[in-house]
Amino acid sequence: MARLTIDRAQKRFGSYIALDDVSIDVADGEFLAVLGPSGCGKTTLLRQIAGFDKLDGGVIRIGERLVSSRDRHVPPEHRKLGIVFQSYALWPHMTVAENVAYGLIVAGIRDPERARRVAAALDLVGLNGFAERRPGMLSGGQRQRVALARCLVTEPSLVLLDEPLANLDVHLRASMEDEFARFHERTGTTMVYITHDQAEAMALADRIAVMDRGRLLQLATPSVLYREPANTTVAGFIGEGMVLPAAILSPPQAGRCKVRVLGVEAVVRCRPDQPVTNEARLCLRARDIGIAHAGEPGLQAAVERLSYQGGHYRLEARSNAASGALLHLDATEPAPAQPGDAIRIAIQDGWVIPESVSLDKAA
Amino acid sequence: MSFVDTATLRTRVEEAGLLWGLVGLVALLSLLPIGRLVVEGFAPGGQLSTTALGKALGSSATWTATWNSLVVAISGTVLSVLIGGTVALLATLTDIRARNAFTFCFVLPLMIAPQVTALAWLQLFGPSSTLLKLIGMAPPLGSRNPLYTREGIILLLGLQYAPLVFLTLRAGLRALPKELIEAGLAAGAGPLTVLRTVVLPLMTPPLVAGIALCFVSCLGNFGIPAFLGIPGNFLVLPTLIYQRLAGLGPGVLSEVAILSLLIGVIAMVGILLQDFMMRRRDFRITTTSSAARPFELGRWRVPVEILLWTFAVLVLALPLLGLLTTSLIPAFGVPLNAATVTFANYAYVLFEHAASRRAFVNSFLMSAGAAILIVLICIPLGYFIVWKKSRALRLLNLAAELPYAMPGVVLAIAAILLFLKPLPLVGVSLYNTVWIIVFAYLARFLVLGLRPVISGYLQIDRTLEEAAQVAGAGLPRRLVTIIFPLVAPAAIAGALLIFLTAFNELTVSALLWSSGAETLGVVVFSFEQGGDSTYASALATITVLVTVGLMATTTLFAQKLPQGVLPWRD
Repeated sequence: MARLTIDRAQKRFGSYIALDDVSIDVADGEFLAVLGPSGCGKTTLLRQIAGFDKLDGGVIRIGERLVSSRDRHVPPEHRKLGIVFQSYALWPHMTVAENVAYGLIVAGIRDPERARRVAAALDLVGLNGFAERRPGMLSGGQRQRVALARCLVTEPSLVLLDEPLANLDVHLRASMEDEFARFHERTGTTMVYITHDQAEAMALADRIAVMDRGRLLQLATPSVLYREPANTTVAGFIGEGMVLPAAILSPPQAGRCKVRVLGVEAVVRCRPDQPVTNEARLCLRARDIGIAHAGEPGLQAAVERLSYQGGHYRLEARSNAASGALLHLDATEPAPAQPGDAIRIAIQDGWVIPESVSLDKAA
Repeated sequence: MSFVDTATLRTRVEEAGLLWGLVGLVALLSLLPIGRLVVEGFAPGGQLSTTALGKALGSSATWTATWNSLVVAISGTVLSVLIGGTVALLATLTDIRARNAFTFCFVLPLMIAPQVTALAWLQLFGPSSTLLKLIGMAPPLGSRNPLYTREGIILLLGLQYAPLVFLTLRAGLRALPKELIEAGLAAGAGPLTVLRTVVLPLMTPPLVAGIALCFVSCLGNFGIPAFLGIPGNFLVLPTLIYQRLAGLGPGVLSEVAILSLLIGVIAMVGILLQDFMMRRRDFRITTTSSAARPFELGRWRVPVEILLWTFAVLVLALPLLGLLTTSLIPAFGVPLNAATVTFANYAYVLFEHAASRRAFVNSFLMSAGAAILIVLICIPLGYFIVWKKSRALRLLNLAAELPYAMPGVVLAIAAILLFLKPLPLVGVSLYNTVWIIVFAYLARFLVLGLRPVISGYLQIDRTLEEAAQVAGAGLPRRLVTIIFPLVAPAAIAGALLIFLTAFNELTVSALLWSSGAETLGVVVFSFEQGGDSTYASALATITVLVTVGLMATTTLFAQKLPQGVLPWRD
């Protein structure tokens, strides 16, 4: 099994920096998701790993083998990896079996070994019986499975998946997600999964690399990413976090500290080495706050918008504090307030973002 | 550190070898002939000299022919624009019926060889016109054919190339977003105002491109002025070059090199003028959407349809009927009726006349060979131009346009200059063999194959190739197993265009043919020059049937082709 090492990768297109000092280490058998909005550099990263583009700086290794650096470039055909493309990229002039067999033919593997492996790969993705069909006659989900079978039949030690679910409808996505997860479990292949969908990344990945504007913002397990975002961009991007200015009032004790935010005091989670400062930033999620019970301390806010989400309401309320921050919180039916109503909001939990200055100050 | 493993090294060598091989090949086919011509014009025999220049430019025949060329080219272009432009607007923007059938009929003259068009019209109007005799309207015997004049040449050039303007304008109109028209209508403008203020201004680029193409084609046309002008001693530059070379032999090569450079310069001025016109304003269309809903003609629909179809019948069916009737009579001048009708002419040209039999084989093999070779060159060439964005090949892509944009005689003279002496090193001479014609076909028609292949590449998702690359396939294997099958439809369409054009051409082979290396165009021409109009008509009829048959066959698989590769289909 391969270990994928990306060390300070750099890629420029003219004056535009598409990859800016990105370093990621992927362990054997790990499922890594690369998550970010469109244009964040995740597809550029995939094309670097695959070898479709040349690196301007830094190093990429697959296993012990150096495949990309400024003066060394192993072409894609010699990298021995598998890719599942967003468009599936099935060859329309070949049958399903011919599509799957292609990599084996190229590798010089002959029948009966070849036929056996094609059948096994189709079996694995639940497509035996479809061998003689043309890709044009298959549904989106079936095409995706053929693409997966084609990529796996050569047993690559590293598989890259480029937004493989983006072209499928919501219903199919869930079942394909299960399929990828099962598949990864069974084969133990190292997988790098490019996506812009955080739910997908959270559900599938061992670790997630969040990218924005060509830089790696945070590389962590889904839970850490959600609970302890490393910077304001990740905090805002993952789980619709609200980022608010806060003052730290006490040094951390058992992972928590007292803060003042929007004029009220609250106890929230923080790093054990969090210094006491007036210039901190707090990440709040909708589930961290709620309408205060009578007698509970809370901050004054006015409801601006109320939208029904099925089973619960999403409230958008503006704080009466000087900064006038917009907060969103969930409330169960029946609606506790109407637009224009004044409410009090209690802060039950939160996370002090360790790095008080945003990473993208330069931007 | 630059250690490279052997597999990577092999991949690099394969790709670089293929790329530079192609660069060399395209340079050989496009830059070398034109370069050789320029050298001959100014330094015949390798020494700078102005003798030939002075001789050619001092002759009054040169300037008469230049003037004639300009007059017929410009007038022919104006006529083409009037006819092709009007028909394009009517057939694209309005709700006339049977549009595909009409397009096919209207574009057909373009696919028929100019010399065949000329022959057909001559048969239609002459004093011996079999068709006019049938209805008792033939001019009196001994009177001149009214087409043996400057006006006759202009008329036929205009009709021959009207489809060129039609096609470029129609492509532009079809790409015009419907919102632009609808916005004009919504602002309260009537259809004619929208046409004048929105549609026509935005159609400037295709119109100018069509005009330039048309001008260059009229200027370089050989078949029509050869059939119509030589009998009346009305010479244009291509026919002057032909007469000089045919009458005096290769001794006057330097002189005709100057003449062909002259015609090349005029063509270039036309093309540069087009370029200049396009730069003055911004014609870019920002949105893309479906084609506009046609304007409803209402009660004018039937009259317009009648008008269009009458025109198609007049310029297509009548001349061809003239050709057909002449091909069915035993001797020129004999009226056609049940007693005289005969297939002897067909039997003669197909089975008896040796040169004509050879010409069938030659034209077929050379056209098919050129079509196949060009496609084999164009598929890897298109790959590097479109997907690898190779800069060297992008420049050569422009160079590949040159031999086609230049009049055919220019390339023919260049080919003679290149191959008159035996090839260096091998000592084999291509002159007076079929191979010089094959070379000229490859050079001239390369771009006809390249354009459809490039548009084919642009419509293919490149990840299909990348998927094969990741599977471990090197470039040669990818070209054969993945890329070739994917661009095959476009490539086949290109091959057919090449075949049809080469099968019918006369301009190049008129100067390059030799005994044993005749082409169909040359044989039709010599029959007509020798007064054997019946044989010429029979042979021409056969070529028309082959052309129409092939066009109709391709239409059958048009659904599988990328849009816009078949000129006579949407």
